[in-house]
Amino acid sequence: MAPVTLRKLVKRYGTHEVVHGIDLEVKDREFIALVGPSGCGKSTTLRMIAGLEDISDGVIEIGGQPVNDLPPRSRNISMVFQSYALYPHMTVGENMGFSLKIAGKGQDEIRARVAEAAAILDLAPYLERRPSQLSGGQRQRVAMGRAIVRNPDVFLFDEPLSNLDAKLRTQVRTEIKKLHARVQSTMIYVTHDQVEAMTLSDRIVIMRDGYIEQVGTPEDVFQLPRTKFVAGFIGSPPMNLDDATVDEGKLVFESGQSLPIPTQFRSKLHAGQKVTFGIRPDDIYPTGHGIHAGTAENLYEVELPVAITEPLGNETLVFIKFNGKEWISRMLNPRKLETGEMVRLSFDLSRAHLFHSGTGQTLRD
Amino acid sequence: MDTNTLHRIKKRLLSVAHILGLFIAMLIICLPGLWIVLSSLRPTVEIMAKPAIWIPQDVSLDAYRAMFSGVGSGGIPVWNYFRNSLVISVTSTIIAVAIGMSGGYAFARYRFRAKSAIFLGFMLTRAVPGIALSLPLFMLFARTGIIDTHFAMILTYVALNVPFTIWLIDGFFRQVPKDLAEAAQIDGCTRWQAFWQVEFPLAGPGIASAGIFAFLTSWNEYALASQITRSINSKTLPVGLLDYTSEFTIDWRGMCALAVVMIVPALTLTFIIQKHLVGGLTFGAVKG
Repeated sequence: MAPVTLRKLVKRYGTHEVVHGIDLEVKDREFIALVGPSGCGKSTTLRMIAGLEDISDGVIEIGGQPVNDLPPRSRNISMVFQSYALYPHMTVGENMGFSLKIAGKGQDEIRARVAEAAAILDLAPYLERRPSQLSGGQRQRVAMGRAIVRNPDVFLFDEPLSNLDAKLRTQVRTEIKKLHARVQSTMIYVTHDQVEAMTLSDRIVIMRDGYIEQVGTPEDVFQLPRTKFVAGFIGSPPMNLDDATVDEGKLVFESGQSLPIPTQFRSKLHAGQKVTFGIRPDDIYPTGHGIHAGTAENLYEVELPVAITEPLGNETLVFIKFNGKEWISRMLNPRKLETGEMVRLSFDLSRAHLFHSGTGQTLRD
Repeated sequence: MDTNTLHRIKKRLLSVAHILGLFIAMLIICLPGLWIVLSSLRPTVEIMAKPAIWIPQDVSLDAYRAMFSGVGSGGIPVWNYFRNSLVISVTSTIIAVAIGMSGGYAFARYRFRAKSAIFLGFMLTRAVPGIALSLPLFMLFARTGIIDTHFAMILTYVALNVPFTIWLIDGFFRQVPKDLAEAAQIDGCTRWQAFWQVEFPLAGPGIASAGIFAFLTSWNEYALASQITRSINSKTLPVGLLDYTSEFTIDWRGMCALAVVMIVPALTLTFIIQKHLVGGLTFGAVKG
């Protein structure tokens, strides 16, 4: 049983504060992803949980016990590093068994547990090799094996897939997911890649500039972003976001072009209010080439010129010109579109978002 | 002739020139050493002959026999000198490497006030010519009564070598990724264990080379030793060479023989340790 709790956690380097008193409850056996752009404090937070960074203020509890002053070795955690951090002077087997050797376990037990972990990760044929003789993906698996062997309460991952190529990344991602299903430990996973965060985790923590922006399930953060930042960060291709002014049932953009106010927001706005309008590429589509989820009332159709297209095979990203910018729309069952061609587009406004233009907070509630 | 043949001939000629160049360079480097060995085996007449006699005519081991036959019968106390050299070099090397390891590690891993100033200070001490220190050292040691002792020599050589070992070992610790020590700590090591289990073995080749350099510096040093040592209590081999000079003559053959005796252990040690200086050991530690 190892829930992890952060209370008012602060990290300062000298006078420079990088993590500003964050609170987070990670449940036992939960897979949680810390995600955000570089410099948002996610790695620092993870390193504080690991015990590799001192905690400037606040409390970290693992399994209900404060661990602020415990060294890393006493926290019963494992960590997989971005750089793998394998010991180059030891074989794969020695790398994986190192923690047990340090703990003073017997040769037989070490061998058995290493063999068990190696079997899970298909590393059995490589146990006698040195890390330098392995490929990137194999090294990453050894790093995971080293973490498994300890049988820790909490697994920590620090951008473990960043050094792998795209194909391997998908592969190892699946292995991490399987691993979680199998070992049933609490896992905290740091990444800047929102796809990894979405695919792997039970809940996502989106961080920015040392604050937590939103905590929620992948569906939550995708469908109900609390802030403009989350809306723009989660989702690929990103949400179309643009500033507009409320005027007589319309949202008027800078160029004078307008969209009707989505019905769900009508009662919450007043004339002259400045807002940021957001809509996902999936919710703008050439008419007949998408899925409309909302009411007919919230379906808005307009003809707009095509700026450029990016065919992906099963779908095409159509960049359309609106308000002097390029908005992205997603065309299912694609047909060929020419640059400059006028195309009739459907806006599914029931899935649109409005944010306060100053604070960036959602206007949904 | 087609261009292909032309290029092949050109390539062959270039590789011949390459080998020839290397041979000449090696000849220039090795000739003095070879000359010393040759000169230790032949009489002074032949050594001093003009024009030089390249092929030795009269080879004998007389010089070595005389050297080890003791004082009075043409020899010098070579065993004493050898012992002094060994004690002083080995002890000062061990101390210099130990300090170099601690210092190098501190410079590579920790942040502290005036770090670069201190580092620069160490480097500046290397800029002072050793001989300039011989007089102050002589006076200091004479006053404190430690002149002509092993202790004085060891102290001098440790001071001489420490900045260098710190600098060299610092560089090697920097190459050991910090992640490794952190991974070891998470794997259950204390800071101290992480150092000995992971960082030390990886910086090992660097520490060994720092050791070789420190040893060779101490083993070969002449200028300071000639001032600080007086008798067989502490005289080292390089200083012992002077025993072969007298008021009117220099026994070149004997001197060369002693030089060979000096070179052999240094060469052997370097040869043994250099096998352990396998570079690129950290390869594959991080990234792909």
